[in-house]
This record gives sequence, structure tokens and C-alpha cells, in this order.
Amino acid sequence: MRPNRTLEIGTGLFVLLGFAALLFLTTQLPASGVKFGRAMLGYHVTAEFDDIGDLKVGSPVAMAGVRIGEVAGIRFDSKEYKAVVTLRIDPQYNQIPEDSFASIQTTGLLGGKYIGLSPGGLDSYLKDGGRIEQTQSAIVLESLVNKFFANYASKGGDSQSQGGDNRNKVESKK
Amino acid sequence: MSNGDRDGLIVEGIRRLGSVVIFLARLLAQCAPALGRPWLLVHQVYNAGARSLIIIMLSGLFVGMVLGLQGYDLLHRFGSVEALGSAAALGLLKELAPVMTALLFAGRAGTALTSEIGLMRATDQLTAMEIMAVDPMRYVAAPRFLGGVIAMPLLTAIFSVVGLYGAQLIGVQLMGVDRGVFWSQMQDSVELRNVTEGVVKSLVFGTACSLIAVHEGYNAAPTAEGVALATTRTVVASSVLTLLLDYVLTATFL
Repeated sequence: MRPNRTLEIGTGLFVLLGFAALLFLTTQLPASGVKFGRAMLGYHVTAEFDDIGDLKVGSPVAMAGVRIGEVAGIRFDSKEYKAVVTLRIDPQYNQIPEDSFASIQTTGLLGGKYIGLSPGGLDSYLKDGGRIEQTQSAIVLESLVNKFFANYASKGGDSQSQGGDNRNKVESKK
Repeated sequence: MSNGDRDGLIVEGIRRLGSVVIFLARLLAQCAPALGRPWLLVHQVYNAGARSLIIIMLSGLFVGMVLGLQGYDLLHRFGSVEALGSAAALGLLKELAPVMTALLFAGRAGTALTSEIGLMRATDQLTAMEIMAVDPMRYVAAPRFLGGVIAMPLLTAIFSVVGLYGAQLIGVQLMGVDRGVFWSQMQDSVELRNVTEGVVKSLVFGTACSLIAVHEGYNAAPTAEGVALATTRTVVASSVLTLLLDYVLTATFL
């Protein structure tokens, strides 16, 4: 009993689609899965952070709130004990000053982290393989709360002097 | 209702359960010979799976779109629309895709199975096969059962993927959630075992729905009314059993 052509094509299509969907679910969805990378346009720059919080590969890179790229890679520098983040910037945004400032910010209250770039003043622009020198780490809510209470206790409840702590986190390598 | 009637109902219920279990054992015994006739099986995979593709994909798309819309509306209140991707993916993979696919399968393929086999019974085709020393369990029931079991996980996977793109269509294109955030949050929260959970569920639902459909058809009263009743029972029993099994499986997996 050999079935006809329509049946063969229909069954083939169905099984193909089904297994393609299964493959997609098992490989593309879990973070542990193998990713089929899409063609990456734009150029890459790196930035070093003391603490990236829960920044992820794929998190947006924004300038003035507009998305201009994404985090392409995160690795740990075991010599300097820092996180090295690779940013992929879309090709049309090729006039970002070299001395721009990168900070890790949060979208919404519980939202994910993203990297915000603030422009510097130099006339030379970031190029592929470039490095952003000035960075600010992610603000970890717990450590902020800890610091607040530590301050609060040592100053004996003097609430005037809490403001300046965040500025210590800004670091310049120059 | 008199006491005797109630006893009769209870005994009848137990008898039906026993008949389903015995039927399942006979089916499983015939599964290996059925695999030896691949064309019979392919035909049933086509009937149960390929011909359900359109309804599954269309339903998946709209379920995903509704999920995107509702999820966005809810998460927007807490200022965390970034979680839309993971909410949609987990909801689809673990619950919506297996259950919705099983319900649609019961309506689309289960009824076809029951009425086809029931009509064979009513027109004495099954008896004719038996007289010719051809086992209808092997040539009619087992391939249809196996076809349903094979088709269900594949249909569920297709439902999930189409649903995800439906959710993305609404969340990213319409509502303006960032595409990278949508996918990276999704990949962050979905683990391989969530995907396995969906596949296991769909296999169990596929077995249950196909078993009920084939059993009802095979044991339908050989009249027009009998076939109609059997078809109705297939949809009701499959749907209820799917939801009941879903609770049990979810409780097991959590």
C-alpha cells in the first residue's frame, strides 16, 4: 500500500516542521543551549566594570535612552578581577566620542540591566576594538542598603551625610 | 434513583475503566507489528498530524498574541515589561501549548478517529477483517493509536514556537518591548527541563487522547446513534482527562 504524493509531502512537511520546532525549543530557548549566531553588524568596543550585577549577553546598550547596540559578550579578567564587557554598537552610530562614559543602569524597578552611554567631549570617535575607559558599576540594591545602615549607625542617625557614597564608585583609569 | 441503578452505574464505570486498560494492553502488544508496516503508520501520522497543522498554527499564533497582550498589560502595572519574554515562554512551554494542543487534537483528530473506526464497526468491516483472519487491532487500531502518540509532541512543539512568535509580535512590534531584552530574559529563565516537561506532558496527553478515541470507536454501538454517542464521549472524556492529567503532571514536575 504505497500512499500518494500529497500524503508523502504532507507528512514530510509536518514531521520536518515538528522536529524543527523541537530543535528550536531545545537549543535556542535555554541559555545553556547552542546558539546559532546571526550575522553581527556594527563594531565592537570593550569596557571594564567592577561589578556588572545581572547584566546579560543581549542586554541593550542605550545612549540618551535610545537603543544603539547590545552586549555581545561578558568575560572575567582574572588578572585585574574585573568583568570585561564587549559591546556591539550598530554601524550607523559611529560618532561616539572616545572619552564617553559607560554606566550600568536598571530599567524599571525589577527590570533587567542595560548599559547607558553618556557622550564625552573629544573629537576622536570610538572604533572597532576600542575601549571605554570611564565606567560605573551596577548599583547593587543590597550593598546600597547596607551602606546606608552602616552610615546611619556610625553617624548616630545624622541623616545629612548620606548623599556622597555613590560617587566613590565612579572610577577613572587615567 | 434506586439503589440498584446506582450500583449498576458504579459497576458500569468500573467495567469501562477495565475495558480501556485491557484495550491499552492489547494495543501495546500490537504496536511492534504495526511499526513493521510503516506505510500504515505514516498514513495515520498524516491524518492526525499534518492535517491538524493549520488549526494548531492558527490557534498557537492567537494564543501567543493574547498572552503578549495580557502579559504586557499586567507587567506594565509593575513596571517590569522586560519579564514578558520569560512569562510568555514559560506559560506556553509548560501549560498552554500541551493542554491547548491536546484539546484541539481531541476535537480535530480524536473525533475523526472515533467516527472512522465506529463506522467500520457499524458497517461490519471490523468483523469482516476478523473473518479473514486479519486482526483489526493490528491493522486498524494500533497504527491510529501510534500515529496520534507520534503527532502530539510535534504539534505541541509547533504550537509553542508559533505562540512565542505571536507573543513577540505583540510585545516587541506593537508594544515596544526591547527585542534583545525579550529574548535574553526568555533564555535566562527557560531551562532545558521546562522544554522536557512540555514534551513529556504532550506525550502523556497524546497517549490518553489517542487511546480514548480509538477505544470509543472500536467499542461503539454499531448504529448511527452509537457512532454519534461515541464521538461525543471521545471529546468529553479526552478533554476532562487532559485537564486532570495536567494537574497531576504539573504537581509532579514542580
